[in-house]
Amino acid sequence: MPGLGASFGRGGATTFQQDLANSDCIVIMGSNAAECHPVGFQFVMEAREKGAEVIHIDPRYTRTSAMSTHYLRLRAGSDIALLGGVINHILQNGLEFREYVKHYTNASVIIDDRFLDTEDLDGLFSGWDPSERRYDTTSWSYEDMQVSASAGEREQGGTMGEQAGHGGQGAALSHGEPPHEDPDLEHPRCVFQILKRHFSRYTPETVERLTGVPAAQVVWLAETLARNSGRERTAAFVYAVGWTQHTVGVQYIRAASIIQLLLGNVGRPGGGVMALRGHATIQGSTDIPTLYNILPGYIPMPHVHEDASLKRFLEVYSSYAGFWGHMPSYFISLLKAWWGEAATPENGFCFDRLPRISEDHSMYQIALGMREKTVKGLICAGQNPAVGSANAGLYRRAMADLEWLVVRDFVESETAAFWYDSQEIEDGDLRTEDIGTEVFFLPAAAQTEKSGSYTNTQRLVQWHHKAVEPRGDCRSELWFYYHLGRIIREKLAGSGEARDRGVLDLTWTYPTEGEIREPSAEAVLAEINGFGPDGKPVGAYTELKDDGSTSCGCWIYCGVYAGGENLAARRKPWTEQPAAAPEWGWAWPANRRILYNRASADRHGKPWSERKRWVWWDAGTGKWTGEDMPDFVVDMPPDYEPPDGARAEKALRGDKPFIMQGDGRGWLFAPSGLVDGPMPVHYEPDESPIENLLYGQRSNPVRQQLRRPRNPHNPAEGEQGADRFPYVLTTYRLTEHHTGGGMSRYVEHLAELQPALFCEVSPQLAAERGLANGGWATISTSRSEIEARVLVTDRMHPVTVDGRTLHQVGMPFHYGPRGFARGDTPNDLLAMVMDPNVHIQESKAATCNVRPGRRAAHRRRRGPEPGAG
Amino acid sequence: MARIETESWPATYDGAARERVGFFTDTSVCIGCKACEVACKEWNLLPEDGFVFTAESYDNTGALGSETWRHVAFIEQDVPLIETAGDGDDDGNPMRWLMSSDVCKHCTSAACLNVCPTGALFRTELGTVVVQDDICNGCGMCVPACPFGVIARRERDGDGRAWKCTLCYDRTKDGLTPACAAACPTESIQYGPLDELRERAAQRLQSVQQQGFAGARLYGEDPGDGVDGFGAFFLLLDEPQVYGLPPDPVDPTKRLGEMWGAAAAAGAALALGVAASLLGRRG
Amino acid sequence: MSKHRPDYYGRPVIKQPVWKTEIGWYFFSGGLGGAAATLALVSRLAGRRGLARRATLVSALALSASPPLLIKDLGRPKRFLYMFRVLRPTSPMSIGSWMLGAAGTAAGAAAGSDLLDVAPVAGDTARTVAGLLGPAISTYTAVLISDTSVPVWHEARRELPLVFAAGSAASAGAAVWLAAPADERGPARRLAIAGSAGELVAAHRMESALGELGEPYRRGRPRRYARAARRALAGGAALMAAGRRRPMLGRMGAGLILAGTVCERFAILRAGNMSADDPRYTVDPQRERVAGRVTS
Repeated sequence: MPGLGASFGRGGATTFQQDLANSDCIVIMGSNAAECHPVGFQFVMEAREKGAEVIHIDPRYTRTSAMSTHYLRLRAGSDIALLGGVINHILQNGLEFREYVKHYTNASVIIDDRFLDTEDLDGLFSGWDPSERRYDTTSWSYEDMQVSASAGEREQGGTMGEQAGHGGQGAALSHGEPPHEDPDLEHPRCVFQILKRHFSRYTPETVERLTGVPAAQVVWLAETLARNSGRERTAAFVYAVGWTQHTVGVQYIRAASIIQLLLGNVGRPGGGVMALRGHATIQGSTDIPTLYNILPGYIPMPHVHEDASLKRFLEVYSSYAGFWGHMPSYFISLLKAWWGEAATPENGFCFDRLPRISEDHSMYQIALGMREKTVKGLICAGQNPAVGSANAGLYRRAMADLEWLVVRDFVESETAAFWYDSQEIEDGDLRTEDIGTEVFFLPAAAQTEKSGSYTNTQRLVQWHHKAVEPRGDCRSELWFYYHLGRIIREKLAGSGEARDRGVLDLTWTYPTEGEIREPSAEAVLAEINGFGPDGKPVGAYTELKDDGSTSCGCWIYCGVYAGGENLAARRKPWTEQPAAAPEWGWAWPANRRILYNRASADRHGKPWSERKRWVWWDAGTGKWTGEDMPDFVVDMPPDYEPPDGARAEKALRGDKPFIMQGDGRGWLFAPSGLVDGPMPVHYEPDESPIENLLYGQRSNPVRQQLRRPRNPHNPAEGEQGADRFPYVLTTYRLTEHHTGGGMSRYVEHLAELQPALFCEVSPQLAAERGLANGGWATISTSRSEIEARVLVTDRMHPVTVDGRTLHQVGMPFHYGPRGFARGDTPNDLLAMVMDPNVHIQESKAATCNVRPGRRAAHRRRRGPEPGAG
Repeated sequence: MARIETESWPATYDGAARERVGFFTDTSVCIGCKACEVACKEWNLLPEDGFVFTAESYDNTGALGSETWRHVAFIEQDVPLIETAGDGDDDGNPMRWLMSSDVCKHCTSAACLNVCPTGALFRTELGTVVVQDDICNGCGMCVPACPFGVIARRERDGDGRAWKCTLCYDRTKDGLTPACAAACPTESIQYGPLDELRERAAQRLQSVQQQGFAGARLYGEDPGDGVDGFGAFFLLLDEPQVYGLPPDPVDPTKRLGEMWGAAAAAGAALALGVAASLLGRRG
Repeated sequence: MSKHRPDYYGRPVIKQPVWKTEIGWYFFSGGLGGAAATLALVSRLAGRRGLARRATLVSALALSASPPLLIKDLGRPKRFLYMFRVLRPTSPMSIGSWMLGAAGTAAGAAAGSDLLDVAPVAGDTARTVAGLLGPAISTYTAVLISDTSVPVWHEARRELPLVFAAGSAASAGAAVWLAAPADERGPARRLAIAGSAGELVAAHRMESALGELGEPYRRGRPRRYARAARRALAGGAALMAAGRRRPMLGRMGAGLILAGTVCERFAILRAGNMSADDPRYTVDPQRERVAGRVTS
């Protein structure tokens, strides 16, 4: 998400799945869309039927590859090299959509003269501080732009850039333009030239050496994309966790974003970047977040050191230009939603009641905190980290170090049962009688037993209605947290302590329904939508104020309950609506289906072509109009030039479509917002069987490694012992199962479809290691070893990397010891090593070894090897 | 008293017969998601039939049976999906993965129905073939009769009856789409009036061939075939036996004349032989 | 992975018959009972009352043993009466069930009339009904298994009825020989020997006509059963011929013939299972047919 946010302004898919049917060329990479998004995949099939190229690029030939017109095989973890090769070919051959690039991106902007590229520093950017292991990003800024005012930059604190990465904030503009730019894109320090130089070493031959994709195919890919871009044609990228689950995951997305900006595909029908998020509502879980570092609507969580006062906080995080210029309205409306009457201008709207973060408090840090006993209790709701966490064995042991654990689920998952049924118990490494954790298993209601909303991967909020009452003691999350809060407030009632005001002053009365007193989900939705000074629901986030007269639980959802109607519950059939189907559900922001859609028209507001028209300027009515809600100030003309002193969206020009960005442009070069570089760099995964052929800097310098005795790393190529793990390991999903398996392995007619853990190996690797189809294999890393059944298949062909034959071993990760479909847990093999922007683990590329036969009955633990740092 | 049961749909319905419906399964757009298998099991409350890892590609179901009425087959082949002139877009390892959702064919001339002695198997007013589970006594005659190996006897839990796809009779009766077709995300499984499906399939075959899909063909669309045309027919991308389907299925009851004729001759020979045995010594 | 593997992971195309050993025994008892009923009628018409009584008794015993075997083999035995809900002319099992019901009842009535010495006219009528149905009872089972998709049965549909007829004759002859007094045995002996010879010829003819599809008779269990059947029938017939003067040999011969006909039926049953199990047997002939149509 930060990759998209830093590039375009919002951390969300830029388009909707139905729009893929309009595409002339779809590249599916870092995604197995047919298997993991089968329902949305029908639109890819529609595109194929209309003659579109569908190109699947993946280390494995999957069910998605089977549906594609072309399949390219690449080494897991080398995607940036391939994408860089495409960027290089575009730039070297002048294949970019020039007019779009010149006016809609920051290609012309001149960068600070202190900036040094990976070309200069052998794989590092300027500002690298090796003792702190982080970048000082000031040299990455635009020349003479006020960097200190840009949001997302932190002087202290460990969590730089995530929030801003969800939407890149900007700095002071002059009449909507940055101080220094070269409209001809020739200046050596303009973004365009920097980009060109940065990617110049990603030649087809070099890319072939790194990725295993033949040079001719690299060229073919770039040419095919270019041929299907421009005025008359558009191309789309589709990605998922095959990209994000890497230590450079965010930069993978940045690379695709750069391609799409260069080819002019963003904001256009059949174009854009379709981020395929998983689950029914994982998009919703970052919009109204369960993440520690953001508040609803991607407002940053205040930091303990610097954000002492509301005024300071707003200063740091508001943007001079673009819609983040109204951050105070969004934020103060949020505080009013939470603290209601108690939030007044005098007390800073209860700003100091918000918790503060001091460091990385993400999931893996919590796990280590559990081990170190600084985290004493855990509520684990609808998640199965005993199976789904990287280094799952460490996580299970960490749970044994807790004082108390609450698990809410509708099956007794591996997480709920860790204390008596786990690999550690089986091996005798943990004994139930020695585990001091007090475990509460609270049964959860299923999705059919409660009402609520889902926000899916295309930002579409859809309501689901309760069909039956939950049985027995099963209760929804809403019920649990509401009544938990109610009981806590009852216990704290009458307290004089200042620290209890935060809980006691919350607005916490919702109507409840039925015998079990289920809170009204619709009432919560209304609160999220927000209310105006008249107490009526607000219609749009433009109505929010910073004086405390409005409330809004999440500014990007403002409008979902406009007019008091639950717009997320709309179900008008697509056959009765125009193409964007605006009356099915409600999408944020403001029910726009394709983001940045002003870019579907040229500078003067005219569609680039009739074939690809989407949104355009109607001079007669003085409004933007078209097939979709315009993602623009609706009455701002295309030739609008901001006067002096204009702020927020008024500070942006009428020909700048990326209205969340501080300069209104798509960012080819990201001067702020990401901690590991303004442009993507090919780095090797943390565990890789080869050196980085491009640079001395081997892997992402800022990646989070969390090295501990129980979280060792396989030796890298060149280190002692590297040949113990010569194969590339990748993990993935199957259609038939769902994440940690709680919703599928316990259901008989799903479990029987894929009843056992298996590894996929090529016939060549099988022959080399003596593996038999249908037999057993043991796969090992320095963390653990597990056993799996063997599936020998040509879909796992070895790749040729730098002249060497490299074998890849793949495994679906869903399995654990419980349920009907059982198996060892592949996440036991992986280390906790993460992307530094979003703390997502690298589960897509590691190294391993494999041998025939089952593992020893008592699995041998692997401690740190001598010499492994 | 028992009635004589002959099959002559739609005449047997005396005007109450409805338009014949069926399935057209277009395997060229099947993504192998198995939503059809799951939807069928859920609607029909079918039990699991074994947690067995087969190592046969992604097919752990194996075949149709009494507990599985939709079965997705997976075949990995080293030929390309689309016959191209070679535009530098492959790495020299052509590959395709055929996927296909198999189902009861609801034959026009249905062997299972023809051999059923209890009348449990019958043809509905929609032209589909259904087993009445309150009548079937598990004689097993239908099982080897079916040229496709569809219908099977459920042995678990002491059940003993024959079970197969009902083409969701309980849904189609009321104008609903069968569960599998409703669940299929890519419309690989299409449901509707059979003659409409046959027209659509003919056009689809042309389109698929034009797109260059190797080996595309229709299977079961011809009313002149050995079962007088399938009620559920397919577009395949290779020969039927690659999918485990018979290349030239025939309803064996079409040759009953031959069989009874041979039996009559043998019976006559038996009678003659018996009669002849009385000639000769008494003891 | 292969380019055009001609089958789906070696899995069968059709389903194996679910019939168990009871059905093999039924083929034996029903065939024996039908032929014995025919012998009963013919000998009664020829005035050989003593022989007729014995043959009637044998047929009644054999035919009354048949329904329990069939009922036990049902998936839902308690629903056996559902066989009589309808008469389906296209179903050999339907026709056979009705015929067996009629013939068994008739044979039992005739035997009862004989044993109890009552209602002789009714008894004779019943004997006639059973005797007329006899040949059909002995041969319809061939139609029943031919009317399936099992290649080794369906493709032998023209030859199988004679195998069943001859075997029924042989077993009925042998059984009645054992039941009849020495001075009545002649026809039974001749029937047993002729039936055995006929069975050997008919079985050979069937296997030859099948060609490659007959391979199951040359492998595994079916082969062992078929070989045992051949040896028992040949040896049994020879012993029965010698048994005209030496009853001991005759008894041995009769026993061997009975065993031989049982073995032949199980050979056929097991060959069917094997034929259904290997996809080649279903696919290869069909592919040839398709190819033939394409070129012609």
